[in-house]
Amino acid sequence: MEAVVVRNITKTYGKEKTVAVDNVSFSVGKGEIFGLIGPDGAGKTSIFRVLTTLLLADSGTASVDGFDVVKDFKSIRNTVGYMPGKFSLYKDLTIEENLNFFATVFGTTVEANYDLIKDIYVQIEPFKKRRAGKLSGGMKQKLALCCALIHKPTTLFLDEPTTGVDPVSRKEFWEMLKRLKEQNITIIVSTPYMDEASLCDRIALIQGGKILSIDTPANIVKAYPEKLYAIKANEMYPLLKSLKDYPGTLNSYAFGEYAHATFKDQMRNLEDFERYLSDKQLTGIDIKRIEATIEDSFINLLN
Amino acid sequence: MKQFISFVRKEFYHVLRDRRTLLILFGMPIAQILLFGFALTNEVKDSEILVVDYAKDAASQQVITRIGASRYFKIRKAALTHKEILATFQTGKIKAVLVFPANFNEDLLRSNKAQIQIITDAIDINTANMITNYMSAIILDYQNQISENLKIPYQITAETRMLYNPQLKGAHGFVPGVMALVLMLVSVMMTAISIVKEKETGTMEILLVSPFKPVMVIFAKAFPYLILSLVNVTAILLLSVFVLDLPVKGSVPLLFAESTLFIITCLALGIFISIKTDSQQVAMLISLMGMLLPTMMFSGFLFPIENMPLALQIISNIVPSKWYYIIVKSIMIKGLGISALWKETLILLGMTLFLLGVSLKSFKIRLQ
Amino acid sequence: MAADEKVIVADKLTKRFGDFIATNEITFEVSKGEIFGFLGANGAGKTTAMRMLCGLSAPTSGNAQIAGYDIYSQTELIKKNIGYMSQKFSLYENLTILENIEFFGGIYGLTDQQIKVKTEELVNRLGLKSEAKKLVGSLPLGWKQKLSFSVAVLHEPKIVFLDEPTGGVDPVTRRQFWDLIYEAADRGITIFVTTHYMDEAEYCNRISIMVDGRLEVLDTPANLKRSFGVGTMDEVFYQLARSAKRGD
Repeated sequence: MEAVVVRNITKTYGKEKTVAVDNVSFSVGKGEIFGLIGPDGAGKTSIFRVLTTLLLADSGTASVDGFDVVKDFKSIRNTVGYMPGKFSLYKDLTIEENLNFFATVFGTTVEANYDLIKDIYVQIEPFKKRRAGKLSGGMKQKLALCCALIHKPTTLFLDEPTTGVDPVSRKEFWEMLKRLKEQNITIIVSTPYMDEASLCDRIALIQGGKILSIDTPANIVKAYPEKLYAIKANEMYPLLKSLKDYPGTLNSYAFGEYAHATFKDQMRNLEDFERYLSDKQLTGIDIKRIEATIEDSFINLLN
Repeated sequence: MKQFISFVRKEFYHVLRDRRTLLILFGMPIAQILLFGFALTNEVKDSEILVVDYAKDAASQQVITRIGASRYFKIRKAALTHKEILATFQTGKIKAVLVFPANFNEDLLRSNKAQIQIITDAIDINTANMITNYMSAIILDYQNQISENLKIPYQITAETRMLYNPQLKGAHGFVPGVMALVLMLVSVMMTAISIVKEKETGTMEILLVSPFKPVMVIFAKAFPYLILSLVNVTAILLLSVFVLDLPVKGSVPLLFAESTLFIITCLALGIFISIKTDSQQVAMLISLMGMLLPTMMFSGFLFPIENMPLALQIISNIVPSKWYYIIVKSIMIKGLGISALWKETLILLGMTLFLLGVSLKSFKIRLQ
Repeated sequence: MAADEKVIVADKLTKRFGDFIATNEITFEVSKGEIFGFLGANGAGKTTAMRMLCGLSAPTSGNAQIAGYDIYSQTELIKKNIGYMSQKFSLYENLTILENIEFFGGIYGLTDQQIKVKTEELVNRLGLKSEAKKLVGSLPLGWKQKLSFSVAVLHEPKIVFLDEPTGGVDPVTRRQFWDLIYEAADRGITIFVTTHYMDEAEYCNRISIMVDGRLEVLDTPANLKRSFGVGTMDEVFYQLARSAKRGD
C-alpha cells in the first residue's frame, strides 16, 4: 500500500493568488525515505502542511495511510509525526520536560515507546536536565526528532530538519533516518542541500511550486541528457569567464574545485577547446568526463 | 485530562522561568497598588484652599474650621470678586476656592437650604474631584451634626452618603481600578502573547498535528492565566487590607466570583487577539492599545465618566472593565451584595459569552 | 591579487565569556582581494570571531588590524571600511530596491551623485531594472541575497564579511551569487565568508576551519585535501569537526 498519495494538489495564497504549489502529484511507498529537494520558496513547506492537515489545498486530493487529509484529518493527526521547519521546541523547558510534554500530548509515555527513540535519546540523555535553548544545533535537532517520534508515528514529516546545521550533525541525522527506515516508518523529508538527495530512496526536485523530476537519485542522474565535463585550472574566476565566452559552451558553472560544463555537439573537438583555454593564459588545466550529480541535474532542469 | 494537566504544568514552567513575565505578573500589581495607594493620595494633602467668606456668620465659621482642621487642606482667607478668584487660579498655587454667600447661616436655619460654591482647578481633574469629594464630605458631616442637634429631619441622598469616606482615603477608588488594569494586562496580554509565541516557534503546528483537540490547546493555554489572575486578585486584596488599611466591606466570595467572570472575559479577548495575530509584538501592541488604554480611559477609575462628552460616555459602556470597576467598587467600598449588582453582572456575563463565542468561532483547526 | 598587502592581521585573538573561551588565540592573515573561507561546526566560535573582526565586540586579549585599523581603538574606522551581510540580516523588506540602495548608500556617506551612479550600475548588473520599484520583500530569496551582497559592497569596502550568505538558495542562484563574489574579489575587495556548503569551500582561495574555539587548519583547499589524504572538502571537514567536543 502507498503510505502517502498526492494527486494534483494546488495551493495559492492571498488575494493575488500567489501560487505556492502548482498541480503537484506523487506517491510514497510504505517505509520509504522520500526527499523533497528544492530551494527556499519552492513550495516544500506548503506541501508538508497540506499533508499534515494544517492547510487546505485549493484543489486536488491527498491521503496519508489511506486517510484523506480533509475528511479524516483527526485520524492523520493521531498517526503522523511532524517536525516543522522553524521548529525550536520549548527553549525554557529541559530536554526531559520537552519530551515528557510531547509524550503526554500524544497520549503516550516516554517509557512506552522508548525502544524507538533509544538510539537517538542516549546521545542527548547526559544533558537531559539542560534547557532546550542552551543546546547546540545538532542536539536540538535530535531532541526534536525524539519528540516527533515519541508516539510511534507511521509516517514522519521532516521539514528542512538539517537547515543551518553543520555538516557533521547533518551526516549523523541522516544515519538516524536510515535506522528509522528499518522500523518501517515512512519518512518524507525536505532539504535545500542537494548532497542529501542521494541519501533518499526517491526524490522529487521541486522549484517554484512545480515538480521538475521525480525518481530514484540514481535514475535522475542517469537521465542527465548531456555529456558533462569537469574542468580545473589554477585560476578559477578566469576559467569560469573563459568557459562562458567559449562559443561551444552550452552551460558552465562552478562546482567545488572544478567547473562543470556541457558543450554543443557533445564536444567532438576536445583539442580545440584545450587550446582555447591555454590561450587564455590558464595554467594547470585538467579536463575530464564525469557523471552528473543530483545538483547537476537540478541545474540542468532549472535552465 | 492527563494531557490537560501536563499542558498546564508546562505553562507554569514557562511563567516561572521567565523573569520578565514574573515581574509583569507579580511585580506590577504590587507596584501599582503601592503607587496609587501612597503616592497619589499624597497629592491632596495640604492643598491650599482659598476661602471667600461673604457671610462671616457662625455657620460659615464652623464649616471653615472643620475644613481647616482636616490635614488635607490649608486655608487662606480673602475677600475677592469673581474675576479676582479666577486670576488666583492662574498662579497655580490654589487648588480650590470655597465661596460662602452672604446670609449663609440664615438660609440654613430658615429654609434648611444653604449654598456653598466650590470652585476647583479642573486642569488636574483627579485632584479637583478628590477635593470636591472631601469638601462635600466635610460639609455633609457638618450638616448631619446640626440636623441632629436641632432635631430637624434632614434629607440626605443615598448617593452622596456613599461617597462618604470617613478616613478620606483616596486609594479606595484606585484599588478596584488597579484590579481591573492588572487583570486586563495579565489575562489579555499574557494569554495572547503566550499563544502567539507558540505560533512563532512552530510548536503550535505540532500541537495542532496531535491527537489533542485544538480547542483544548487554547483552553489549556488560557487556564494557567486564570489561576495566576486569581492569585493576583488575592495579592491586591491582601495588600489593600493589610498595607493600605482598606477593608473589603462586602462579601469576599462574591468579589472573587465577579473577578473570575471578568478574568474569563479577558481570557476570551486574549484568545481572540492571539487567533488574529501572528507575532508577539503585534499581540502586545493590540493588547496595550486596544485593551489597556480603554480600561484606563473608560472604566472611570482615572477619569470620571460623567465628565466626558456624551459620545464617549456611550462608548464607555462597551468596555468590560467599566462594569467590573463598578462591581468591585460597590462590593469593596459600599459593601453592596449581588441583589444590587445583578444588572452589572449580567452585562459582564453577556460580554463574556459573546467574546468566548467570537473567539471560538474564529478559531481554526488549521493554519490560515 | 596584490600578494603582500594584508588587510586582516589577527594575532592570538581571544574572547572569553567567563570560563568559556569562545575564541582561543586565533592567528591568521588575509591578503587583499583574497576569498577567505571561514568554516567550523555550529558553536566552534565563528560568529564570535567574526564579531570581533567587524569591530562589534572587543577581544579579551590578542591583537588585530582590520584594513589597517586597530581592533581596539579604531572600531569606527573599521566599520567604515568593511561591508557585512548575513542570511538573517539583509535588507529592509518593506522598502523598495531603490529605497534600500539609497538608504544604505546614505549610511555609508556616499554623495547623492555617487548613489545615483551606483544604483544604475547595480540594477543593470543584476538585471533588476523592471523590479527596481518593487518592495524587497516580494523578491525571491536568491535575488534578495544577490541584492544584499551588492548593497554590502556599495561603498567599495576593503573587506566584506559574509555570514552564510547562500543558505537555502537554489543551486543556480547560488552560483550567480558566487559570480558576484568573484567579481568583487577581482576588483580588490577581500571576501571573508562562512558557509555550510562544502562545495563552496572549494571556491575559496584559502580556508580556515575552527574547532572548539581554535583555528585548527588554514590552507588552500587542494593542500588541505592532500594533507588529510581525502578527495573532498566534506571529508576534511568531517574528520576535523568530528573531534569537536562542544556545541553552541
